[in-house]
Amino acid sequence: MTKEILTFADAIKEGIREEMQIDKSVFLMGEDIHISNCTVTRGLIDQFGKERMKLMPISENGFCAAAVGASVTGMRPVVEIMYGDFILVASDAIFNQAAKLRYMSGGQFHAPVTYRISLNGMGGGAGAHHSQSLEALSLHFPGLKVVYPSTPYDAKGLIKTSIRDEDPVLFFEHKLLYPVKGEVPKEEYLIPLRKGIIRREGKDLTLVSYGQMAQLSLEVAEELAQEEKIEVEVYDPRSLRPFDYQQLFASLEKTGKLVIVEEDTKIGGVGAEIAATVAEEGLFLLEAPIKRIAGKETPAPAGKYGHSFVVPSKEEIKETIKEYLK
Amino acid sequence: MKYKDIVGNIISVGKTTTKRSLDYQQVLAKYEKSKLTKILENMLKNRFLDEEINQLIKEGIAITEHSNFGQEGSQTVAFSLLKKEDYGVPNHRGWGWAIGKGLDLKRIMAELMGKKTGYCQGKGGPHLADRENNLFLRVGIQGSYISLAAGIALGLKMQQSNNVCLCLFGDGSSNAGYVHEGMNIAATNKLPVIYFCENNLYALFTPYLETTSVADIADRAIGYNIPGYIVDGMDALAVIEVMTEAIKRARNGEGPTLIESKTYRYEGHTAYDKFSYGGYRLKEEVEEWKKRDPITLFTQRLLESNLLTSQELESLKEKIREEIKEAVEYATQSAYPEPEDYLEQVYAEKEVSF
Repeated sequence: MTKEILTFADAIKEGIREEMQIDKSVFLMGEDIHISNCTVTRGLIDQFGKERMKLMPISENGFCAAAVGASVTGMRPVVEIMYGDFILVASDAIFNQAAKLRYMSGGQFHAPVTYRISLNGMGGGAGAHHSQSLEALSLHFPGLKVVYPSTPYDAKGLIKTSIRDEDPVLFFEHKLLYPVKGEVPKEEYLIPLRKGIIRREGKDLTLVSYGQMAQLSLEVAEELAQEEKIEVEVYDPRSLRPFDYQQLFASLEKTGKLVIVEEDTKIGGVGAEIAATVAEEGLFLLEAPIKRIAGKETPAPAGKYGHSFVVPSKEEIKETIKEYLK
Repeated sequence: MKYKDIVGNIISVGKTTTKRSLDYQQVLAKYEKSKLTKILENMLKNRFLDEEINQLIKEGIAITEHSNFGQEGSQTVAFSLLKKEDYGVPNHRGWGWAIGKGLDLKRIMAELMGKKTGYCQGKGGPHLADRENNLFLRVGIQGSYISLAAGIALGLKMQQSNNVCLCLFGDGSSNAGYVHEGMNIAATNKLPVIYFCENNLYALFTPYLETTSVADIADRAIGYNIPGYIVDGMDALAVIEVMTEAIKRARNGEGPTLIESKTYRYEGHTAYDKFSYGGYRLKEEVEEWKKRDPITLFTQRLLESNLLTSQELESLKEKIREEIKEAVEYATQSAYPEPEDYLEQVYAEKEVSF
């Protein structure tokens, strides 16, 4: 297998490019996608032209609904949401229309749309309307699938599967991950939307995290091994809905301890859902209470300085784990 | 624009407003007899179905009904002019769009009663949809259909299809943000969509002018740089004429059209609205509108032009009443979905294969 080193952003781009080459019904919609604020779709217009790159006005609700409409005629729209915060503007289109179309129509219509949600503006610090995390919100809608990759390899494999999926998929892209480089095969591959991955094996505790926090957690795990001889097993679910609990339970059987790290706020969050399911279905795998490390209960402050206080840092994760294991 | 100025005319809005008086004999001569009688049949089906549903509700059967008594010359006619492959995107008002698009009364009635034999297997209820006739889901969020329809038209255009999309909305929902967003996308991309606004003067219980900045919704077309028309929605022939032109424009790739059909809802917002006659509307106003009943008007024209005989009309009515009776029987006797059916069709059965 030949491999190349790609950034997270370019890995998504290559995944989209391949799908557009394979399937004529795949096309892109969004604001500024010809230049692409987040660089993912930059350059694709040279290959595919305006015919398959539909520039959209600043009307997130309108074009997210239009994507649903286009999809029922046989097209497969890939929609870019420039800042994750804007899914609140497009919430009717995504949560009422895309999510419920199959059910309400008794399976006659469905919306195979991929919403690429680029969040945590400018790498954090762009303030409460451009830097918040909203993946927890999106979990609450039966009919939607929610994907949140953390490596270039996963990003490419998962965007391809998301585009081919017959259900609407919310594909979260953390802006801080865009420049992160990693090995990506040149040959085609897909990653299923219900399969997590153990990023690092360890016997002392299971840490669940996704997206940029998974990367951060992995770094913390390496440091803890070297500095404290603590062996953390890091589990990255990759898809939040559906969620691969089997691998998590298998890991808990080994470690008996669970720490969840998320950037989104804690109340009603992704960690709350994971903790509740573990309590319901895997309580006797645990030897200790579940610990959640999450964003603080505030809107995102402006500026990187302020932002750093409300999202989990490496130090916070490390100290919390040390304290937890005492 | 005053309603009296619209009667007998199609008014085109824009930099200059132009009025075109219709010569009914000429219009009638343009269309096949079978097409015209089919439209009348759909209008009658629409009315008799609403009457039947009112009766069922009185008997205690739960059906979500927003009847369109009085609007049969408007939406019912507009949707009757589409081909099977054309897309229809309805709103909450009436079942005229479903009948016009060719849906079967039995399966409509079954769906309204939440039965498994209905179009959406009993899970949609009033949210009807029919893939076979390309009738998109009757969604429950006002205005959303304008943007959804823009997307359908975008898909059709990208596939170089000859089919068009007709989207129904009302004066009330004309004020939703979705409407502006969708119309701008449709106009900018010259999409094959017809936006058909039924202005029946009331948004639920509120006179539309209390909450709407323009007297004529068609004027909004100017802001999108697309043609806008005002038509007498009580006059089926005027609707046929203006819709035929808009469909032609869309098929020819000339882009969207906004049509405002001035019409009137004889009854309340829903079957449970107790304030529509002498409450928020004067009884005299309701009675005045009923004098130009769309079914009476269209029937008279067909009779006068010898396109229909009184005998044919009577047997047509008889046939429809029989069909409705059968539809109610079919729906009543049909089973509800099994409890486990309500847990299905949330996601695709098949996942991506590897």
